[in-house]
Amino acid sequence: MATMDASQKMIETTTVLVARGIGKTVKSGDRDLDILRDIDLSVTQGEAVAVVGASGSGKSTLLAILAGLDQPSTGAVILDGSELGALDEDARAELRGRTVGFVFQSFQLLPALTALENVMLPLEIAGIAGAEAAARAVLVRVGLAERLQHYPKHLSGGEQQRVALARAFVVQPKLLLADEPTGSLDADSGAGVIELIFDMNREAGTTLVLVTHDESLAQRCTRIVRLAAGRIVAEAAR
Amino acid sequence: MSRGADVVATLALAVRMLARDWRAGELRVLAAALVVAVASVTSVAFFADRVSQALVRDAHQLLGADLVMVSDHAWDPAMRRAIAARGLRDAEAWNFISMVRSAEAPAANDQSPRSQLVGVKAVSPAYPLRGRLRTARAPGAADAPAAEGPARGTVWIEERLVSALGAPVGTRLRLGRSTFTVAAVLTLEPERSANFFNIAPRLMMHLEDVAATGLVQPGSRVRYYLYAAGARDALADFEAWAAKRLARGQHIDTLENGRPNVRASLDRAQRFLGLTALLAAVLAGVAVALGTRRFVERHLDGCAVMRCLGAGQARLLALYAAEFSLLGLAACALGSALGFAAQGVIAGTLADLLRAELPPPTLLPALRGLLVGLVLLLGFALPPLVQLKNVPALRVIRREAGGPKAGAAASYALGLGLLAALLVWQAGDVQLGLTIVAGFAGAVIVYALVAWGALKLLSSSAVARRLGARSLALRYGLANLRRHARANAIQVASLAIGLTAVLLLSFTRNDLVDAWRRAAPPDAPNRFVLGIQPDQLAPVKAFFAAQGITVPDLYPMVRGRLTAVNGVPVDSEAYEGERAKRLIERAFNLSYAETLPAHNRLAAGRWWSPAQAGAPQELSVEAGIAKTLGWKLGDRLTFAVGSDAFTARVTSLRTLRWDSMKVNFFVMAPPQLLADYAASFITAFRLPEGREPSMNALAARFPNLTVVDVGAAVRQAQAVIDQLINAVQFVFLFALGAGVLVLYSALVATEDERRREAALMRVVGASRRHVTGSQRVEFLAMGLLAGVLATAGAAVIGQLLARRVFELDLPPSAMLIVVGPLAGLVLLSLNAWLSSRKVLRASPALTLREET
Repeated sequence: MATMDASQKMIETTTVLVARGIGKTVKSGDRDLDILRDIDLSVTQGEAVAVVGASGSGKSTLLAILAGLDQPSTGAVILDGSELGALDEDARAELRGRTVGFVFQSFQLLPALTALENVMLPLEIAGIAGAEAAARAVLVRVGLAERLQHYPKHLSGGEQQRVALARAFVVQPKLLLADEPTGSLDADSGAGVIELIFDMNREAGTTLVLVTHDESLAQRCTRIVRLAAGRIVAEAAR
Repeated sequence: MSRGADVVATLALAVRMLARDWRAGELRVLAAALVVAVASVTSVAFFADRVSQALVRDAHQLLGADLVMVSDHAWDPAMRRAIAARGLRDAEAWNFISMVRSAEAPAANDQSPRSQLVGVKAVSPAYPLRGRLRTARAPGAADAPAAEGPARGTVWIEERLVSALGAPVGTRLRLGRSTFTVAAVLTLEPERSANFFNIAPRLMMHLEDVAATGLVQPGSRVRYYLYAAGARDALADFEAWAAKRLARGQHIDTLENGRPNVRASLDRAQRFLGLTALLAAVLAGVAVALGTRRFVERHLDGCAVMRCLGAGQARLLALYAAEFSLLGLAACALGSALGFAAQGVIAGTLADLLRAELPPPTLLPALRGLLVGLVLLLGFALPPLVQLKNVPALRVIRREAGGPKAGAAASYALGLGLLAALLVWQAGDVQLGLTIVAGFAGAVIVYALVAWGALKLLSSSAVARRLGARSLALRYGLANLRRHARANAIQVASLAIGLTAVLLLSFTRNDLVDAWRRAAPPDAPNRFVLGIQPDQLAPVKAFFAAQGITVPDLYPMVRGRLTAVNGVPVDSEAYEGERAKRLIERAFNLSYAETLPAHNRLAAGRWWSPAQAGAPQELSVEAGIAKTLGWKLGDRLTFAVGSDAFTARVTSLRTLRWDSMKVNFFVMAPPQLLADYAASFITAFRLPEGREPSMNALAARFPNLTVVDVGAAVRQAQAVIDQLINAVQFVFLFALGAGVLVLYSALVATEDERRREAALMRVVGASRRHVTGSQRVEFLAMGLLAGVLATAGAAVIGQLLARRVFELDLPPSAMLIVVGPLAGLVLLSLNAWLSSRKVLRASPALTLREET
């Protein structure tokens, strides 16, 4: 954690994600339900942070707030130097497109698009030229060179998640957010996907925030943040 | 990125998305609906465009002169002198309807010389002053312009008359007391546009031959035309001079106001075709809305992912709007191309009617098609599409976030409003347009409400418990009905709308046509004899008696012109509505009788008593015309007859059946009031089968009489109407296509959800029989409901059409009652079978995986 001891300026340039005093309250019937409370989190470039906790501990809500997919009730999130709360929805989307790659438990591939087209999509949305060549290269990297023209429904779960991984990395994001990436996979496929995530993360120098309830997976990260009942109950660097 | 590059990038991506969605089959029904709507509307628009171009093209010779004066009585010679005095050229024509017979000996197998009702046009040699007459030696032979009109003793006849009478050039025809030689086949007359929808074929003769035929007598209906052409100033001077001297029943036609009747009848025909075409567009709107809704449901997750990947709301909306616009443009282009091909069929169908070479259409109708396509897209695809932009990116993590909003009916308000505006515009009549819009909207609402109520009732716990006790499939099927009550009600309503259109077009239309054919009673008169002079009454009666035909009632007819109501001079401009104006303008056929004619019914007031002394100033008026013209009992009407006038009070109103084919009069008076005026007599009777030669004998004996063969007239009218029906039927095909698309889109609308549920049921151990059984129960109930609703709808609309439009009694159709609900059942059974096959064929795992 050398950067933590460096000057304030240093922190600003190398901190990818900061969450300050995040709270999330929702209405449940006529009473308020706190899903997250007083979450403070700072993620520096190149780090791999695992957010672990039991079901209902608020992991996925935190991830959604960190990505700007959901708004916190209190507190602020600073992603790549921009405070998300100060941006409108479109600006947040634009920032996400530029900075963040996503991997979801349910893959979230577009069923009408081939593997190649799914991977091209973020580049196309960003209006970046050469989408097809870039997408091909990443798909080859994840071992799907033979599956470019397959539709998601004709791919196995592990293959679908690898397409999702390729889609996440194709924009060369600063930050990769993964929500239970192996949650829908069998052990073998899951292990393969995890290897890929860490390998590609290392190669690209990407920062990783991974939500999981899988302890062995968490152990591979550089830091583990433990959530229970919406609070950080433990935080340990490894 | 610059703004320009941004637009290009968005368009490029939209093109790729369009290609991908097309490949996935997501857009086909939508595109088909748009193509059908645009093809339907443009086919009629292209045709209308060609007709109106023909009218404009022929405008310079539309009138046959620069100025035409029309009168219902002979022109004062002073008028002709005034034209000549200004250095203008003049010509004259008389138009009237008469029967013409072949004077040739009948062929061996022919019982009688053929006769035919014709529109006679007797012209002076100078006619026409603008444009040329064209004639040919034989039907189909090359034609050439004629130097002047028919020579004396000869006639020119239209091609269809040559075949109807078997009278080629050189044969002889009898017209009234005279015999003429057919000298040429008339292929074109300058006023041909006026003949667009004429029923009686043209016979042209020399004006000076008319007197000898004896066809023009007091009481004859003749239109007298006076033509002028020449220098503009002299013409304007004459027009100003003549305008002040016009009597009632006379008017001046110029290019500006010329031939309003022709335009009106063409407009009406086109409007009717146009409304039919729009019916397809309205139905297509439903299909577009259903199709887009399905598209949106299938793209919610994709949109959430795209938002996650950096697409903003505005960008998403722009992308989908561009994708749909591109689809719309392609569909409109294809639709217009189809419409262009289809207008050729319409023009071909109506070829006999038009009898004019139509110029090729312009591209303007394609724009109209584009407008309709845009309205459908904007109105019916955009509201659900806007939902896509609002899908929160959070949905990628929490699937329940941002589901499609139900009850977005209000968001279709724009589309419905635009469509209503289109309908009103097409109908050319706010009330008619709004009636159609309200009727359609009403049907949708009533269908949906009834369906919702019925489904609720059917699946209510009490009913379900009783029915479901016996079978698990039944219980689950009924439970499904309850759970999906709202979506099912929408589906049933959409199905019912599509099915209504199909039933209406297939059954009710035939029933209506049959009822119309049956409307004339079998003993209805089939011959009218007009123009019987008072001194011919006894000989005519004697003739009938001698021929062994029941002597018919002879009704006197005095032509009078309404000049004042309650002492106030009448002005047609003060009346509202085309019909009222026309009634006021033209001369009335007044009749008199001691007693109320047997086929008339007294509706109000009292009939005059025969014993009344003196000349009672009383009138009996037909109730319908009284209503149209705002006359009440007690009103005083003043009529001019020749140079005299009389005033009498309306003392009774009568109702009559015009389709009885009997002689009827709008205005009747006691004999004392009218007996002194010049009258001719008219009668209607039924000529028994095989007695046709006696009519030839009648015409030979009394050449001035016009014998109208109602059967022939009806057949001629029928031929025209048949052509129109064919054209309308052709356009109806589009509506039928759109109806089928609605059916299809309603059926696939809930397919995804059903497949998912079925897969889940199988995962938890439900047997195939159970899965198909419960789906079948659900579909059968919905099919039956949609079928019954559509049957009721088609029957009600059919009755409304029959009573309001055609004034017919339409017996309920047993066929419709059986076939309607059955069609619903069969349709949904088929769907249940197909969908359960799909569900059972796919592995539950694969189905569920697609959903994740």
